[in-house]
Amino acid sequence: MSNIDDTADTVAAPIPDDPTPGVSIVDTSLALTDFSLDEQQNSLGDVFNNTITRLRGGDLGSLPAILAIVVLVAIFGIARPDSFLSLLNFANFLDQASSVIVIAMAVTFVLLLGDIDLAAGFTAGVSAAVLATRLADGWPLVPSLIASFGVALLLGAFTGFLVAKVGIPSFVVTLANVLLFQGILLLIVKDGGSVRIQNDFINDIVGGTLTTTQSWIISILGVALYAFSQIRRQRDSYGSIPMSLVVIRVGLAVVGVGLLTALLNQNRAFASAPEPIKGMPIVIPMIAVLVVALSFLLNRLRYGRFLYAVGGNREAARRAGINVQRVEWTAFIWTAFVAAIGGIFLASRVNSVDSNTGANDTLLLAVGAAVIGGTSLFGGRGRMINAVLGGLVLALIPNGLGLIGKTTLFGYDIDFGSSGVKFICSGLALLVAASVDALSRKRTA
Amino acid sequence: MQDSSSPTSAHDSVGGSTSETVAPLLEAHGINKSFGPVHVLHDVDFKVYPGRITALIGDNGAGKSTLVKCIAGIYGTDTGDLQFDGVEVAIHSPKDAAALGIKVVYQDLALCDNLDIVQNMFLGREIVRRGTLDEHAMELAARQTLASLSVRTVKSVRQLVASLSGGQRQTVAIAKAVLGNSRIVILDEPTAALGVAQTEQVLQLVRRLSASGVGVVIISHNMNDVLEVADRVCAMYLGRIAADIPLDGTVTRETLVELITSGRSGAHGLVNGVAGA
Repeated sequence: MSNIDDTADTVAAPIPDDPTPGVSIVDTSLALTDFSLDEQQNSLGDVFNNTITRLRGGDLGSLPAILAIVVLVAIFGIARPDSFLSLLNFANFLDQASSVIVIAMAVTFVLLLGDIDLAAGFTAGVSAAVLATRLADGWPLVPSLIASFGVALLLGAFTGFLVAKVGIPSFVVTLANVLLFQGILLLIVKDGGSVRIQNDFINDIVGGTLTTTQSWIISILGVALYAFSQIRRQRDSYGSIPMSLVVIRVGLAVVGVGLLTALLNQNRAFASAPEPIKGMPIVIPMIAVLVVALSFLLNRLRYGRFLYAVGGNREAARRAGINVQRVEWTAFIWTAFVAAIGGIFLASRVNSVDSNTGANDTLLLAVGAAVIGGTSLFGGRGRMINAVLGGLVLALIPNGLGLIGKTTLFGYDIDFGSSGVKFICSGLALLVAASVDALSRKRTA
Repeated sequence: MQDSSSPTSAHDSVGGSTSETVAPLLEAHGINKSFGPVHVLHDVDFKVYPGRITALIGDNGAGKSTLVKCIAGIYGTDTGDLQFDGVEVAIHSPKDAAALGIKVVYQDLALCDNLDIVQNMFLGREIVRRGTLDEHAMELAARQTLASLSVRTVKSVRQLVASLSGGQRQTVAIAKAVLGNSRIVILDEPTAALGVAQTEQVLQLVRRLSASGVGVVIISHNMNDVLEVADRVCAMYLGRIAADIPLDGTVTRETLVELITSGRSGAHGLVNGVAGA
């Protein structure tokens, strides 16, 4: 082994000739999104160029969803400037989007593995029904929540066992679960019945607002934490994230969140309303906390890395010593757990649970939201923020179309507010997103 | 090769001389392995020397992969013993093999396209600090490993593997195997899918690997690669070792091909199914 030193010398010798060995063109495609530690100094221009390079390489991320949001807001804003761009509609629209967003975050776990959970909507429904019936039976809030989440975890463990251990394709298992869980939901709420929720905490999650003071405190706290994490990340990046980028990002956050909070703190009720509505909708900080917590799980913990690895190359993950079955099993449990949070959102919106909670198009919209946001159905690619962006797109479409309503376009009378048009537009949006996913996959493969 | 590929005196002495003074790092003796009625390995003796490149050649079905999998702990052996560093060892699982520092780079490389180079190299053995992934430590270690192999073809260790060429992928797979404690690296067809320039890159990497004292085993169907890079060659024929000879310049491509196709060539090879000198 004495030759190691010699080797090191000969190996090291050529390096001084070349001041930046092999790094003259810096690729920080990950740096922008996650956590690069590359030791190259990047200027703002480099970062911009790298982003362009990455996009041209086919890795569009959530860019299509952001573009869709901008385009939709522009179209609806021009068509219905008074109603669509009103603060009241904005707050309502966030409430409409919230439950789909949370369930989309839930299914992201199994989508990352290339699996699917068609029954996540009913998992949400069942756990919401458990919560509602426990509260109706006079249980205090915390035990009711524990019961609700406990049931969700059991459902997730059941699904995960059948997929990971027994080896049934997730599509088949969760297809059966759609019927199974729907049956459980019907038994809990009694056919056609509805269970009212009279707990203010639950009812205020969707539809409730913070006071104006609370709104400012939450906003300042949020921006401060964002700035802190950005500065820390910059310090750990050894120059691959330029400080100017951090300043721009934090500056945008300060302006954006400040403007948002100031607007939401205005009264947005109709003039005829008995009392004013002002303050930030509670769903905003709730979803922000969920996104941050779940993104932390995916990006900074070993378990998250395993999810991406198994989704990217199952065999490679297995050979690397990762317990693939356990990762897959627990992914379904995570999906059920987050779906249960989505169930609370669903119940909170209407202050009750019935046999339709989590049914109908809930799950389809959630999966659609994740995919529109840029999460791949093929596994291995996706982020929590995608669920939020995609969920906003899918909520914008029916909201805006509903406000446009009956219009004459090119001589035809079209009712944009009809369910038919809304479904067709949402379906087309999903198809576009799936095409982008498939094409970018082709390009990067 | 004008570069750092053969920098050590120990390494140089191998090329010219047939005498092996170095003790083998791994010595497999009398290995037999059957799958049901099929007797795949017959009394196989196999040695890996530190700082040397041993080529394992043979036709499809000759038993190369089975032998490698026995050494790597994927298959158990029926009879026979393994000595590592002169000590008798039992390898029952890939974990046992990895603990001894025996690493295998399979032909399919087993890389995750959706992860970057560092993430791939540390897959399954991530460095965790205070509960979260220590990206900085992992990146430094990955960088050092790549530097120790003089890999300069990769732009950034944060590149996604999906964006790498075939040769770069092979490089990452080898670096992944070398990371941490590695004494023996077994490469299964490392140049099979590569172009000329990339093949050359990988072969240089293999030379540097052995120059650092690692025992390298290279399975290859490409006799040019074998003659170019290997110090000795083990030819397998129908589950037996047909010849275990140093590549001293007298061994030609034809000899190797004959050994592979008929198990015999001139003075080398099997005599009536028994290994001769």
